[in-house]
Amino acid sequence: MAISNEHEYITLAHGAGGKISQELMEQVILPEFGNPILNEMHDGARLSLSGKLAFTTDSYVVQPLFFNGGNIGKLAVCGTVNDLAMTGAVPRYISAGVILEEGFPVEDLRKIAHTMKEMAEEAGIAIVTGDTKVVERGKCDGIYINTAGIGELIEGVEISPKKVKPGMKVLLSGFLGDHAATILAGRHGLEMPDHIKTDCAPLAGLTQALLQAAPHTAVLRDPTRGGVAAVLNEIAAASQCGIIIEEEDIPVREEVQGVCDMLGFDPLYLANEGKCVAFVPEEEAGAALAAMKQSPYGKEARIIGETTAQAPGQVALRTAIGGLRVVDMPLGNLVPRIC
Amino acid sequence: MSLAAELSRAQQRQVAGELVAEIGRLAEKCGRRLRFMEVCGTHTVSIFRAGIRQMLPENVELVSGPGCPVCVTPDEYMDKAIAYARREDVIITTFGDMLKVPGTESSLSEAKAAGADIRIVYSPLDSLQVAKENPDKKVIFLAVGFETTAPTAAATVLAAEQAGLQNLYMLSAQKLVPPALRLLIDDPEVLVDGFILPGHVSVVTGTEVFRFLETEYHIPGVVTGFEPLQILRSLYRLTKQVAEGEAKIENEYGSVVKPQGNPTSLAVTSKVYEPVAAKWRGIGEIPASGLKMREAYKAYDIEEVLPLPAGQLPATKKTGCRCGEVLKGIVTPHDCPLFGKACVPTHAIGPCMVSVEGVCAAWYKYGKGIFSYGNQ
Repeated sequence: MAISNEHEYITLAHGAGGKISQELMEQVILPEFGNPILNEMHDGARLSLSGKLAFTTDSYVVQPLFFNGGNIGKLAVCGTVNDLAMTGAVPRYISAGVILEEGFPVEDLRKIAHTMKEMAEEAGIAIVTGDTKVVERGKCDGIYINTAGIGELIEGVEISPKKVKPGMKVLLSGFLGDHAATILAGRHGLEMPDHIKTDCAPLAGLTQALLQAAPHTAVLRDPTRGGVAAVLNEIAAASQCGIIIEEEDIPVREEVQGVCDMLGFDPLYLANEGKCVAFVPEEEAGAALAAMKQSPYGKEARIIGETTAQAPGQVALRTAIGGLRVVDMPLGNLVPRIC
Repeated sequence: MSLAAELSRAQQRQVAGELVAEIGRLAEKCGRRLRFMEVCGTHTVSIFRAGIRQMLPENVELVSGPGCPVCVTPDEYMDKAIAYARREDVIITTFGDMLKVPGTESSLSEAKAAGADIRIVYSPLDSLQVAKENPDKKVIFLAVGFETTAPTAAATVLAAEQAGLQNLYMLSAQKLVPPALRLLIDDPEVLVDGFILPGHVSVVTGTEVFRFLETEYHIPGVVTGFEPLQILRSLYRLTKQVAEGEAKIENEYGSVVKPQGNPTSLAVTSKVYEPVAAKWRGIGEIPASGLKMREAYKAYDIEEVLPLPAGQLPATKKTGCRCGEVLKGIVTPHDCPLFGKACVPTHAIGPCMVSVEGVCAAWYKYGKGIFSYGNQ
């Protein structure tokens, strides 16, 4: 059978491991992902790595699968790349495990695979192993993707919340909430201008430049689920420092703020997929900020606050008139299936 | 140009700091803890967002009142709206924040998921177009709100009349603020030294409707806008009045609020509506606190045209939610056993958690009632 036809749909046979599975592999997956390691088609990938390693995994269940500026495949590669990047590693290899629902359009799979390839290329990571399973109609929602990634830790860099001390600067690489607002607007049928789209992006380039400029950076984090509020609270708790951020220095697009006001969200709690929060010693903060701004994904970077010895473990936001509002850990899942 | 826009950040902070210090000094003179209530949901949100509660001295406390129209809409109203929505010949038009408000057994959001035709509009006037495009359906606008929204709902009825539209109706639960204030003050459990009076409502009503606070109850009130500094200034004025033993209605929002309000809006409202006793969720019936369509406009009142048969509505039941006391400022959301546990914004049990301007939603969103940072 030919799977090139745009009207073709995934059947249970595509996941059965036989000839039809192989055709799906050869006609849809390999043309996108193909590289010397994957093309060997062993049961496992044989890799060359050196030094200390970082290893991470994440699963992606976003709904809708396609949204302005990206799709589930973009999230699946960037999410894992960013987890490696935030650990202080150079991403090297990534796996892709795909669970498909019977009846899923092959054309959509092709688009998703193509996006994954583009993102992997940009991030300099190779997709070296993978798996495809198909479940009966109604047993999954179109497609779920799991990726796992390995990277080599940059020598001399030690990322740890315990290294956060009072007096450090907190840097943020750009506008908050774009990803969540895009997904929410899609779900609630709100019209948004075209420039409001997911911020999903691979940040390994940005973090490497930042770490070169500010080698004593204590922590890097990507504020995904739970947003910046969750990241700051986790770091405050782990380091037993207080954190104060300045409301007026927190970049939020007007339209995103509008969606938040309408639906009752606070951008501090919204998920981002292409942002980085960094805790940097004051003396390296200027260089770190400049490095972030050099990256195409950090043009709007700024210093949003600092750590203090006051109120260990607590996070506050200083408002325009000088009020200190506690920024609490988010409880529960504000927006389900955001990534 | 707004006040905040004219001042630099440093200047704003300096002005705010001076106001807070002055409020503290004046409150000290009173020799007891002062308690002020903001009665508008938009003020509630502004106060939380700006961290005003955290800035105020120990001897000045803020409580939130029943100022969110969604929050005071009773279960029965939602049950009626849901019953109409389920009819095949009906299209409901509504503001978006009504969708998730719980009725006794269900919500409009659930009715929508089950196939009811419910459309979100940004103005009641949008319902006219829906009615024109669907001549074989009854289009019902859920007219919920305070004095602010009543004129547009009334104008919609007048426009429908002029256009000869036969299929546009209102399900009315319009409410009036002054009678609710009266009830609050008459309640011995409610202890308030002064009111931050609503800005938007006052644009329509003017300040004179609040004069009874001064003449009958000797309680001060300040009409104010929504910028943090305006709110702080109104608190300063309230504290000053209490300290000096005065009780006046003052206007801190004079740029847009006039003593007599907006006569055109008031005339339109009064042409279509008349005051009637109304039920407030958690509070009960308050005389002359709602609006009902006058006899001449009965043809636009869906409850007159198409009354719901008795027995079609579920019997109301208790949820354990303490919204009523929260809305009166008697307890804080923290005192409600459901707050933050069974009742959260994504799964609201009480209406105060549903609406973006609800007291519980604001508490939940802005620090869950933690008002001190460190030892400050």
